[in-house]
Parts: sequence; C-alpha cells; structure tokens
Amino acid sequence: MLEIKNLHASVNGKEILKGVDLTINDGEIHALMGTNGAGKSTLSNIIVGHPAYEVTEGSITFNGQDLLAMKPEERAHAGIFLSFQQPIEIPGVSMTNFLRTAVNERRKYLGLEPLKSTDFLKQMREKRKLVELDSKLVNRSVNEGFSGGEKKRNEIFQMAMLEPTFCILDETDSGLDVDALRIVAEGFNRLKDDKTSAIIITHYQRLLDYIRPDKVHVLLNGRIVKTGDASLAKEIEDRGFDWIKDETEKE
Amino acid sequence: MTQSEKQYIDLYEECREVIKANSAEALNAPRELAFKHFMSAGFPTLKKEEYKYTDVQKAFAPDYGLNFKRIDIPTDPFEVFRCNVPNLSTLLYFVVNDLCFKDNPTFNDGSGIYLGSIKQAPERAKEAFTQHYTKHADTASDGITALNTALAQDAFMVYVPRHQRLNKTLQVINLLHAKTDLMVNRRVMIVLEEGAQATLLFCDHAMDNVSFLATQVTEIYCGNNSHLDMYEMEENHTQCTRFSNTYVNVGADCNVSINNITLYNGTTRNTTRVTLQGEHSEVTLNGCVIADKNQKVDNNTLIEHQVPNCKSNELYRYVLDDSAVGAFAGRILVQPGAQKTVSEENNANLCATKQARMYSQPMLEIYADDVKCSHGSTVGVLDENALFYMQQRGIPTEEARMLLKHAFISQVSEKIRLEPLRERLNYLVNKRFRGQLDKCTGCSLCK
Repeated sequence: MLEIKNLHASVNGKEILKGVDLTINDGEIHALMGTNGAGKSTLSNIIVGHPAYEVTEGSITFNGQDLLAMKPEERAHAGIFLSFQQPIEIPGVSMTNFLRTAVNERRKYLGLEPLKSTDFLKQMREKRKLVELDSKLVNRSVNEGFSGGEKKRNEIFQMAMLEPTFCILDETDSGLDVDALRIVAEGFNRLKDDKTSAIIITHYQRLLDYIRPDKVHVLLNGRIVKTGDASLAKEIEDRGFDWIKDETEKE
Repeated sequence: MTQSEKQYIDLYEECREVIKANSAEALNAPRELAFKHFMSAGFPTLKKEEYKYTDVQKAFAPDYGLNFKRIDIPTDPFEVFRCNVPNLSTLLYFVVNDLCFKDNPTFNDGSGIYLGSIKQAPERAKEAFTQHYTKHADTASDGITALNTALAQDAFMVYVPRHQRLNKTLQVINLLHAKTDLMVNRRVMIVLEEGAQATLLFCDHAMDNVSFLATQVTEIYCGNNSHLDMYEMEENHTQCTRFSNTYVNVGADCNVSINNITLYNGTTRNTTRVTLQGEHSEVTLNGCVIADKNQKVDNNTLIEHQVPNCKSNELYRYVLDDSAVGAFAGRILVQPGAQKTVSEENNANLCATKQARMYSQPMLEIYADDVKCSHGSTVGVLDENALFYMQQRGIPTEEARMLLKHAFISQVSEKIRLEPLRERLNYLVNKRFRGQLDKCTGCSLCK
C-alpha cells in the first residue's frame, strides 16, 4: 500500500529525515516510536503533503501512485487520513458544513453523486455514536471550544465519516484519560477492516494495548534504527531508548 | 477652487431655478444656504483626516448628467424585480435614480405612518420633515452633505408617529438606471417619534453598464423609547461611486441598530454619525465588506456619547481580495459627563492577497472618568493551518479559502436580527465569493 524509499526531508533548511525506508502492506498496522524531535511528525506531515516540509531525496508511492506529486486534497481523496496531534480550530465553519464539503468532495473524486442531506445527517448521527461525541459539539464550529479529549475524538469521528484506507494517528493518545483512550481506540478498531492500514505514532504502550501493531519501528535522528514486533514497544516502555541508541552506535 | 468644485458651482448657478421649480417644496428652504456652504467649504481634500483614504475631488471630477427636469425614465421596477426573499415579506418601494417611483404603493393602516416621497406626504409627516430637515445633517460641516442638499429634489420619508409600529419590513430599492453617465442625489428622512418601531432595508442596485455617481444623505431621528433596525446593502457594479452620509440622532431609552453591507461596488464612502442625546439608549453599528478587483470601500463612523448611561457596540469586518482597498475609521467620543458609558468597538480584516490594502483606525476619545470602553483592530491573512487541515480532509484549496472567508464574514452576519435577511445574506455572500455576483444583473436579493 505505502512504500517509502530513502526519504530525506527538511524543514526551514534543517534536515530532519535522513534516509527513511518503510513499507506498509494492506491491512498492516505499524507503530512508530522514538524520542522527541526524532522526525516522527515530520514523516507524517510529509505523507499528507504539508507545504512547510520539503522532500530533498527519495520517494513515496501509495497504491502505485507517486504520492509526492499529489496535492494534499488529492492524497486525502486517495484514502489518506491524518489524525492531527493538535487539531486546528476553525471559528465560523460549522462541523456539519465542513464535513459535508469534505465528504462530497471525496465522492466527487470517486465519481459519486453528492450525498443527500438526510442521508448525510443520518451518517453523522451513526458515526458520532461510535466515538460517543456529544451532538452539541457537532453543531459548533470545527474544534472550537472543544476540550483536548473532544478534539481527539473528533478526529476519529472525521475518520469514520471519510472512510480512509490509510490512517496516521499522530499521538492521538496524548492528553486522553483512560476512558477516552479506550473509546478512541475501540472506535478506530471498529472502523478498520482487513484492507485498512495505519501508522500509529505514540510514546506509550497503553494505546498499543488496544490497537495491536503488526510491526514496531524506532525512529532516531531521522532514521529507522530498529524494527520489531509488538514486544518491542513493551521493551521500550520498560527500558527507554538509550539501549537502542547504544546498539545503533556500536553498528 | 478646483475644477471639480467649479463644475458644480457653475451647474448650480445655471440651473438653480430649474432645480427649485422641479423640487419638492420642502427641500427648497435650506438650498441657498447649503450652496453657500458648499462654495466656501468645497469638497474635502485628502489632507482632511476623515477623508484621507477617499479622493473626493477625483470622484466628482467626471462630467455626469443630472436629471433636474425630473424626466421620467420609463421603467417598471415591479416587473424587473420580483421580490422573493424567502420568508420575508416586505413593503416594497422603489427609488429610481433620485426620483421616488410614481407607482409606489400607498401605505395606509390608519396609524398615521407615512412611507414614500415627501411630495405626497400628509401634513403631519411634512411638518416632521421640516422640523428635522438639515437639522441633523449639518451642511456647514461637510461639503458633500452641502452639495447634496443644494441639488436634491425629492426625499424618501419614513414617518412613524408616537407609539406606532411598522409591522412589516420596509424595503426600499434604490435603482440606478440610465443610458448615459449619471449623477444622482438621494435624500432620506426617517422620523420615529416617541415609542415608535420600524425595520428598514435599503438596497442599492445599478441596472445599466454606464458610470453612476450617487450621493445620499440620510437623516434619522429616534425619539425617546423608539426602536430602529436598519439595513443598507450595496450591490452596485464597479463603475459606481457612492457617497452616503448618515446622521442619527438618538433620544432616551432607544434601541438602534444600523447595519451596512457592501457586497459589490466600485468606490464607496459611507459616513455614519451617531449622536446619543438621551440616557439608557443602546446603539449598534455593524458593517461587512467584501471587495476584490480594484474596489474601494471606506467606512467612517462617529458615535458621540453626549449623556450618561448609554451603550454602543460597533463591529466591522472586511474581506479584501485582489487589489481591493479598504478603510475603516471608527471614532467613539465620550463627552464630559457621559459617565457609565459602555462602548465596544472592533474592526477585523482579512487581506486574502498581498496586493490588498487595509487602513484601520479605531479611535477612543474619552472625557469622562467612569466609563467602560474598548477598541480593537486586526488585519490578517487566511489561517494557513486551517487551510491545510481542510485540505487534509479532502477540501480543495479554493473551496477551503472560500469557507474561511465566509466564516470570517459570518461573524457579522450572525448579528443581523432579521432572520430571513440573515439567511439570504449568507446565500449572497457565498455566491459573491464564488464569483457569481460579478455584476449586478438585477436585484439578486429579490430575484
């Protein structure tokens, strides 16, 4: 599904990614861990096409397409979704209007008719329940006046509405209490089918208790230095990153 | 004397008798004095603080035709405009150029309310007119007001007697309709006596592809305990120049809301002067401007608190695209003794391109020591983070930009108390941002 080869990237002239290789197949969940500033968010921003990040070398293909040649909205239409680490507030744009536009733009891309208003509202109601998002929030402006937890739930709600095939959860667990974490994770699990793949960026094991990764990667200083199975996340939780740094230096 | 001024002085001296002979009698009394004031003051220059963003001399320089002989331009506006603001049924009146349309409806519900040309007004309304005419719009204070007073020949009058209420919204459509370049001088008088209530909507439309110069002076008198909701919406084209001076005199215990919307224009200057003369009144001034190409919009407001215990709110928002230029100057003047004044002023602006320019001047001038006043102003660009967030959800850049601009304006349109108008305005704003209101092709409010 997603294939990253020798990816180098910089922001404001500073090189952050220094040769990342990563292949994610259909239906796979990969966890991405690493110290602060290692380049995890840079990688996710590059996948979704954030204009502040510049790719200096390497390639990314998504289902055979050259992802780096696509506009951010085209990537979204192709099925890529980012759950933002810090969701943006958009005063004056209602959640309903925002999502209706987003859903119908995707449908246009897929050659489908716009959703009828009643069908759209019905879909909103159903998906909202999935993450137990208060109906009052849906009537507000996008993320405006939402608590940290509500914003994260709102991200998963949007994911439910847009039905992506490839998701990036960028520290979706940060700032969530135990119950909210469970709701968000269970929501994600119910949305995922055997074709959906994901990158989960996290500092903690606890999200991975709910969402079982097929692989765990450690990103340090702009490179993936170690890859393992779910047990690697547990080991990091117990031992931190220093032992991996030491291992890398020896090589 | 500049060439521009000379042109109007010569014109008046040549045509004064024709003007008077073809004018409503009530407008003739202060005419000569107004002309004298114009001769001595002339047009305001760019050096004058209140006019530094609008070149008045230049705007008045071209040679426009005038219709002093009041020749009827054959048109049936009721045919052209089929009004269907959804859920808003209005009393519909037309002013074609500066003539009140001859077949305007006659309003008579037995309350004594009068709507229409001052020429046909009953005695009571005429008395009220004479009592207030040029009393609020001081011809000595402004060259454009002086010129308008010297040249105007008809006035649209709204007269609501003591404790009466206009139950339906009055909608006055100002049509600009001519085959050659034309200057029009409109006059409006609104008198709400004690305890009176009215909701008024004025819409400006240009029908033909020639240049228009419109001056308009509106005098509003709000007696004690009266309630006024007024909306002005301009939807002209890029060859139109509008100078509108509005003077509002507010008594005690009033609630007055004046809303000015510029959707499409050429060059626009709106001056609003509000004087609070009675205690416990509340005044709201709202404005929204959408401009692109080389359009210019200059709103200049003054709210003067002369007495204690009044409240004023002011909110103006501009969205400027392409090479549009916007200006806003809002002065709140709290006179000595006007204690317990509460005043809030805000001007927020969005420049969507690097070429768009905004000049913003919020001003507070306070001579009382127990007041609560605030003012603020922002000029910004579209939020890049919000744009990207929307793109990530599959919303194309242009659509995302439009949503953000609309959201910005909606903070003003939300304040419109007249719900059907608010909905209609949202629809029009949306069309405007999509470039579908490129030229006024008739009243899009009404069609």
